[in-house]
Amino acid sequence: MKIKKTEEIIFKALMYISVAFITSSLFLIVLSIFYKGLPSMSWEMISQTPKGGFYFGKEGGILNAIIGSLYLSIGATIIAMLFGIPIALFINVYLKKYNRFVNGIRFFLDILWGIPSIVYGAFGFTIMIMLGIKTSLLAGIITVSIFILPIMVRALDEVLKTVPNGLFEASLSLGSTRTETAFKVFIRQTVPGLATAILLSFGRAIGDAASVLFTTGYTDHIPTSIMQPTATLPLAIFFQLGSPIEEVRCRAYSSALILTIIILLISVISRYISSKYNKHRIKF
Amino acid sequence: MNSKIDIINLNLFIGKQQILKNINVQIPENKITVILGPSGCGKTTLLKSLNRLTDLYEDVKVQGKIIIDNEDILNTKQDVTTIRKKMGLLAQRPYPLPMSIFKNIAYGLKISNRGNKKALSQRVEHNLKQVNLWDEVKARLHSPASRLSIGQQQRLCLARGLAVDPEIILADEPTSALDPISSQAIEQKFIELKQQYTVVMVTHILRQARRIADYVIFMYLGEVVEFGDAEDFFNNPKEERTKAYLKGSFN
Repeated sequence: MKIKKTEEIIFKALMYISVAFITSSLFLIVLSIFYKGLPSMSWEMISQTPKGGFYFGKEGGILNAIIGSLYLSIGATIIAMLFGIPIALFINVYLKKYNRFVNGIRFFLDILWGIPSIVYGAFGFTIMIMLGIKTSLLAGIITVSIFILPIMVRALDEVLKTVPNGLFEASLSLGSTRTETAFKVFIRQTVPGLATAILLSFGRAIGDAASVLFTTGYTDHIPTSIMQPTATLPLAIFFQLGSPIEEVRCRAYSSALILTIIILLISVISRYISSKYNKHRIKF
Repeated sequence: MNSKIDIINLNLFIGKQQILKNINVQIPENKITVILGPSGCGKTTLLKSLNRLTDLYEDVKVQGKIIIDNEDILNTKQDVTTIRKKMGLLAQRPYPLPMSIFKNIAYGLKISNRGNKKALSQRVEHNLKQVNLWDEVKARLHSPASRLSIGQQQRLCLARGLAVDPEIILADEPTSALDPISSQAIEQKFIELKQQYTVVMVTHILRQARRIADYVIFMYLGEVVEFGDAEDFFNNPKEERTKAYLKGSFN
């Protein structure tokens, strides 16, 4: 009895320590971004393109990177959704019967998830050479959508897995086809989770630097066509941090602050949208 | 006796395990047929093979014939959705669709493209009245079905099944998640419904079977031990295993 009690105490302590560790690191990251980023934060930062170059310039802002990142990650998320949602539904509605096959698919998707994004960048680069595309928004969108597709499919898949068999059977018993069941029942039942899954992929898309390093290039201008190169926030942070000038390095933290706020905003919006649909979800 | 469903030499395997062993029974039209037996004897599997929900599971092998309206539904060129539309299913616990009360009923009608908008709301009203749910929900037809109580949800599921004009109602222990009053409402409804529908109900509650069955199929370990008229079955069982079960020797 006494051993069990000590065991309980030890594990409880371990849990408290890890929770404290994680929350404090998160808090420290956010705090340091605010502390270093706020002083250089100004209206110019988000309303102007850089003046005097992103590397040495202390004037202007990073509007080009903000717009570029949004173009890039919204484009990539939409393309990944066009492929990802049908794949995830196919796995869960049509292939439900073939457990072993589905587990194989999941296994390979997990491997793809684990591949570092720089490898996707290199892969995207070879595609660009094959197709003869220069570094551009288009090349970046293609690369990033390939990079986030496995992440999105697995996240959607985990959500769709939670639809109970009984609901599937109920819908089929009413005489609906599998496609009707997929789009009218599965999606409705899981909307909040699906939104979160898509948001997760969007977060990966907007926050990743390595996959856009070779493919989208970098420029001080806002792109006017998908064939032009574009700046992105993660690369803006990367280049600004590498600058020999102190002020520019501080601007990197403002850029990070902007990136964090964008992700926060998207998160809040998606929560709002999903809570609107949550009321139809059948709880089991 | 007019038989609606004819099951001939039905064998069902999951992997190497045989779940249903050589089933030969007829299910009469416009009667309540109760499939009775202890847990794990294959009752639910038998019920699910009637509308081919067994198609959904891995490694399930079905042999034999199930003849409904002169059509062997196990080996037919007919679309499986047409077969399923003939049967309404009521599961062990209610599974309302993730949408409003109104849409739950309208869903089945919409996918079979029946009726315009006005006819649709009439049909919804009619079906909700049939299960005595109309008065309880008429003020909140467009609120989510998930907010109803379990008993109301089960009645909604019954109404939803009836809306697509089935000929057969399949019910898999439909009262097992319900309180006594809701259970009674479902049982009462089945007795009324048998005028127009053929009802097949799975249960392991002996008393429930005594209350509503016209016809009983008693299963044990994947076999049909005895089947026949409810009166004969309960008062005059022929098989030793039936007598033992009715006495409550095993459950």
